[in-house]
Amino acid sequence: MKKMNFHIVKREPMVWYKAVLVRAIAIIASLLVSAVVIMMLTSKNPIQIYSSMISGAFGSSLRIWSLFQNVAILLCIALALTPAFKMKFWNCGGEGQVLVSGLATTAVMMFLGDALPYPVLIIVMLAASVLAGIIWAVIPAIFKAKWNTNETLFTLMMNYVAIQLVAFFLKYFVKSGSGILTPMPEHGLPVLFGQSYLLNIIIVAVFTVLVYVYLKKTKHGYEISVVGESENTAKYIGINVPKVVIRTLVVSGALCGIAGLLLVGGTNHTISTTTVDGRGFTAIMVSWLAKFNPIYMVMTSFLIVFLQKGAGQVSTDFRLPSAISDIVTGIILFFIIGCEFFLQYKILSTKNRKEND
Amino acid sequence: MKKILAIMLAALMLFAFAACGGNNATDGNATNGNADLKGMSESPISEVALNVDYEVPEDFKIGFICLHDENSTYDLNFLRAVDKIQEKLGLKEDQVIVKVNVPEGNECYVAAKDLVTEGCKVVFANSFGHEDFMIQAAKEFPEVEFCHATGTKAHTEGLKNYHNAFASIYEGRFLAGVAAGLKLNEMIEAGKFTAEEAKMGYVGAYTYAEVISGYTSFYLGAKSVCPSVTMDVQFTGSWYDATEEKNAAEALIAGGCKLISQHADSMGAPGACEAKGIPNVSYNGSTYESCYETFIISSAINWAPYYNYIIGQTVKGEEIAADWCGGIAEGSVVLTGINQDVAAEGTFEKIQALVEDIKAGKLNIFDTANFTVGGETLNSYKADVDTDAAYTADTEVIADGYFHESEFRSAPCFDLRIDGINLLNEKF
Repeated sequence: MKKMNFHIVKREPMVWYKAVLVRAIAIIASLLVSAVVIMMLTSKNPIQIYSSMISGAFGSSLRIWSLFQNVAILLCIALALTPAFKMKFWNCGGEGQVLVSGLATTAVMMFLGDALPYPVLIIVMLAASVLAGIIWAVIPAIFKAKWNTNETLFTLMMNYVAIQLVAFFLKYFVKSGSGILTPMPEHGLPVLFGQSYLLNIIIVAVFTVLVYVYLKKTKHGYEISVVGESENTAKYIGINVPKVVIRTLVVSGALCGIAGLLLVGGTNHTISTTTVDGRGFTAIMVSWLAKFNPIYMVMTSFLIVFLQKGAGQVSTDFRLPSAISDIVTGIILFFIIGCEFFLQYKILSTKNRKEND
Repeated sequence: MKKILAIMLAALMLFAFAACGGNNATDGNATNGNADLKGMSESPISEVALNVDYEVPEDFKIGFICLHDENSTYDLNFLRAVDKIQEKLGLKEDQVIVKVNVPEGNECYVAAKDLVTEGCKVVFANSFGHEDFMIQAAKEFPEVEFCHATGTKAHTEGLKNYHNAFASIYEGRFLAGVAAGLKLNEMIEAGKFTAEEAKMGYVGAYTYAEVISGYTSFYLGAKSVCPSVTMDVQFTGSWYDATEEKNAAEALIAGGCKLISQHADSMGAPGACEAKGIPNVSYNGSTYESCYETFIISSAINWAPYYNYIIGQTVKGEEIAADWCGGIAEGSVVLTGINQDVAAEGTFEKIQALVEDIKAGKLNIFDTANFTVGGETLNSYKADVDTDAAYTADTEVIADGYFHESEFRSAPCFDLRIDGINLLNEKF
């Protein structure tokens, strides 16, 4: 019987500059492979494609603001999911949690926008949004804690319920039946220094630090790690596991509520079923790629938004089908995720006496 | 090592194949290599040449915002017109900026702003739901012209730089309906079913005026040559849903429909017809290539004349109309060729004659003598022309014996439920 002629072993942690080097090589390799693919599929010059990607992200002050605003929203959702993930509670419901929070914000803007004084309106928007996010996140948590239901399926299904809820309320909000709710910028969050995206970015920056501290420096953070590593250990040292699960999902949902508030109150000023646009799922990748470290998540969310913006610009500049830019994005992510494997494991050839190489 | 090499080689081959594929687009005049087929005729509407009476400056730029990309027949139709006008005016690549896959939300506003910063003098968006976001951008950049297809708010919004456009596509649908009616007559004469059994099916997206106006004109076209015809309409609740459209078409066929047409953007309905051998009248463009056994004819809007108009007006410094609706005479409403293997004898000549009547103003599609509502002929009807939350019927649209479609605003407002058409469901 033929045996595998290699095996995989876990590595000692690498020194930091080596790890950086491996990642750099991965990115360069991914760019080279994408270049070959681009040339094969489109006969365009890859250098032009890459410079178009950069211009898509940084080409004008509008694009830079839009880039960072998108990073902020994606990062905020990733921050929200991270405490749950660290606890090995697979919260795939970011999409729905953000969407219902957005819906709550929209409802407050619509029905109380003219009735309340502005500062009170903002507080009510915040409260409604956070509360909605918490409710959406905590329902699967309670079921998990009490009856050990599968949280992945549960949170996923809650997404579809949220999408249908938005569709339902849009019928009710928009009497003309077009399904498009006219934006209400007059009831939005305050605009700082004339830059409509600045407030979002600042708020998310603050939350990044807060989540970092919460996970690394507090008792709650410690309990989350222990439950994540081993529930039995947690029980043994006297941690009330159901309580930690529910509490963590309250935090998770509240942060999704913030994301919903920023998305609807801060930028869109309206809602549709596609407002979150899959970011509830992309955030899972952001969080994983950064190994649940909020500071690294700044970089991973930046990378993903940069690729998205760049890819969009490529298909605009060269009138290529958007699939081409998706392929390039896929190749780059493949290499980056792949190199994380090689940072943790190494491949050794198994000694055998066959003539195989 | 060998294994890895083999895998890499296999991957390379895949890419090579992918690179070879995808360039098989033909003009629809082919006969699929089968010598027994007569194939497609020319279009019964002779092409209207674009009239360019202006010079486009070197620094002129125009931006286009599309909801989907070329995979949707609706967007493809806009993109083809972009290529046409670009070629006609000899615009360079960087003078025409196209943004695809722009959702009907804040993204549209950001995309419009981005196009303005790129230096576009005119920004065009193609989806109904883009309207509010285009208006938002139009208010912010009064020096740039914002043009929007299928919208309804330009005439009430009162912005000088925001405009709506549509085409009197009901004329094209009527003519396609005539082709359908002639086909039914042929099948009745051949003894396939009786005149009373002549029922058509129609797959619609939503129960909106745009769709109602479309299927009613299609039905009236068929009825003008086949008086006993009736029609069932099934709505899918989506502009693009291949599965739902296929299911709807199959349900209609199972319900006894002898011919299908559709107003939705996927290949679902034409594909279902080809599989069941049921004649199909298509929309947005020819589906002959993949459905050559059942495709009869298709009507479509050609957006190139409107692009020509807005570029011309902007370059000349003249005002763009708040509402613009092009017809057959402007080249905005077009028909594909006729599939001579499926269409009834004489279809081409009949349609050609009717085109002349429409151009001469002798034929009004929504002539009140040709339809009844609840058994009554209408003398007066107020339609919801000005957009408001409560659907207020605000404008008298029947005068001189016909319904004045697309005259008080460019987008269709015909929403009457006429006799002979049976709605199987409604979707808003």
